[in-house]
Amino acid sequence: MAEKTTILNLTEEEFVHSGNRACTGCGLSIVYRIGLKALGKNSVLVVPPSCLTVLQGLYPVASTKLPCVNVTFASTAAAATGVRSAMMALGKDDVNVVAWAGDGGTSDIGIQALSGACERGDNIIYICYDNEAYMNTGVQRSGTTPQGVLTTTTPIKGKLQVKKDVPAIIAAHGIPYVATASAAFPLDFYDKVKKATTIHGPKYIHVHTPCPPGWGFDTRYTIKVGKLAVETGLFDLYEIENGSFSLSAPSQRLVGKKRPPVSDYFAAQGRFKSLDTDMVNTIQQQVDAKWAA
Amino acid sequence: MHIIESGNVAAATGVKLSRVQVIAAYPITPQTPLTEKLSEFVESEQLTAQYIPVESEHSAMAVCIAASTAGTRAFTATSANGLLYMNEQLHWAVGARLPIVTCVVNRGIGAPWTVWNDQQDSMAQRDVGWIQLYASDHQQIIDSVIKAFRLAQTVSIPVMVCYDGYLLSHTYMPFDLPEQSEVDAFLPPFVPKHFLDPENPGNFNTVTLPDVRPGVDGTMRPGYIEIRHNLHQDLRAALDSYAEIDREFEQRFGRGGSPFVEQYRCDDARFVAVAVGSLSYQLRDVIDTMREDGIAIGVMGVQMYRPFPDQAVASALAGKECVIVFEKALSYGNQGPLYSDIKSTLYRMDDRPIIHNYILGLGGREIKTQQLLDALTESCARPAAIEDTPRWIGLKLQEEHHG
Repeated sequence: MAEKTTILNLTEEEFVHSGNRACTGCGLSIVYRIGLKALGKNSVLVVPPSCLTVLQGLYPVASTKLPCVNVTFASTAAAATGVRSAMMALGKDDVNVVAWAGDGGTSDIGIQALSGACERGDNIIYICYDNEAYMNTGVQRSGTTPQGVLTTTTPIKGKLQVKKDVPAIIAAHGIPYVATASAAFPLDFYDKVKKATTIHGPKYIHVHTPCPPGWGFDTRYTIKVGKLAVETGLFDLYEIENGSFSLSAPSQRLVGKKRPPVSDYFAAQGRFKSLDTDMVNTIQQQVDAKWAA
Repeated sequence: MHIIESGNVAAATGVKLSRVQVIAAYPITPQTPLTEKLSEFVESEQLTAQYIPVESEHSAMAVCIAASTAGTRAFTATSANGLLYMNEQLHWAVGARLPIVTCVVNRGIGAPWTVWNDQQDSMAQRDVGWIQLYASDHQQIIDSVIKAFRLAQTVSIPVMVCYDGYLLSHTYMPFDLPEQSEVDAFLPPFVPKHFLDPENPGNFNTVTLPDVRPGVDGTMRPGYIEIRHNLHQDLRAALDSYAEIDREFEQRFGRGGSPFVEQYRCDDARFVAVAVGSLSYQLRDVIDTMREDGIAIGVMGVQMYRPFPDQAVASALAGKECVIVFEKALSYGNQGPLYSDIKSTLYRMDDRPIIHNYILGLGGREIKTQQLLDALTESCARPAAIEDTPRWIGLKLQEEHHG
């Protein structure tokens, strides 16, 4: 990778207005601000219904300074293909075409269009911000909600099924770049988005975005909770570049080290309170086995 | 230059002549030869365009929506369940006021599966806000596609060009191929006022409140209902735009003059049969036969269904004794959609014609000219009352379904 971005050389130009409609402590608003800095002015955004629709504001006021088309829920990646096709037809090949969708919009209703765009090799960047439920509609379970999580549609027992591994599904398409990131490590995310702008073909970045109201933690703990997800070994940061896997620094430095127990992460949030000790132990064993491999 | 080709190739050639920039399509019978031809045009570099072989019709329209928002001329085509799968996107395309053109190769809808022709697919989309044109032969298909692009970008409303599956899509007819230079003069490039432009960023289709709201500069901007009202008004105004476009097309290409309804032997007619698409041409034979028997009857083909050309329909049917509407579509639980619309148009007349409704040809049931003759003979002999339950032609019901 090129030189790592630091807080000292991060661009000062902003593409998201302050005072937008995101909730206090929103993990998405961190990565959106940082991600647009990495993309720069010569970019077009494609956004389906999601928290980002809310963040962007209500007509006729918008909080995003980049051109953006809001599209139907299932069509994000196909719409990005449409923008790319138009840019090619108009001879504006240097424009970054960026789909930016939530986890429900990606792992559930939008996965067919995303799979189609990946299979076709369309030259787009697709960013999935994963707050692990349908937060915009009031915390319903999604394909990426982890096992055991209480949502408004898994209100008593918690979600029975495991989290869908979307980056692995997308990587199975053989696209040139897949990465995971976290709102708790914004500069790592910045560098990944920046790298994506230099690669031709489909690029997929899956970014973990803690959500205070949906996950049940105080708004000041967004970064802390996000870091715990990575440091406990539950959410791994990595890149798959042309099929070659590498752990990113925040996860790489856990190798061979003692990690905090996953129970620290669960205890920091209200959404895991239906997990019993057996379940926590089972998850700890799964994480340990994954890291032992 | 005249060529003999299929209806689907007529449509594809119209798209090529219109210099479309982005094509997205998903295969569905009987639309497939149209998109195959377009992919051939693109791969052989006879047409400079992006061809996106999408994974669904929903995505086909997504590509068109986004490409059109970005300022390019976009096209797709589909049939039957493919059109229904696009339904959400059809609403989106018109709400976003995008000049997309879509060919609908009319086919019946499942369940049960049918691949054969009727017009339920596009008729079921009559309320989405798209302009709907219907072609009755191959010449009208190619001409309508070219006119559709001009109309769409004139009024910023998408247009469906509909034609009968198999009966037109897969049959071969001679038609005149317009000169590219003439089409270029008729159809200027698409240059939108607002588009996805990093130099002049805008946010398209954002959440819009129920009420009006000031922008950052203090000027009041419309709420949702104003935006939708304006769409309706613009659709009504599209009638005049299309009449003007048709006049210009006729001056340049020598064809046209009946943009809304096509009348055949209607001037002195007491009775008028009405149909959409190729059926209106099949009815001409029947009308000729009945004329030989001294019955004063004509046929009216409806060429534009949305916006509904009520004035053209009213003036065509004023003073007639009986209007007989033949439909390959049905508003289930009510009556044929065209029948309802024509009846509503006749309501304002003091001396309203009697009106009858026949449902026929659903799922490709063969429409025999003799059946049309029998139905018209019956209606002309006894034009007594308006009927609210449509009559069916050619049903072969099992015993237990009678009565």
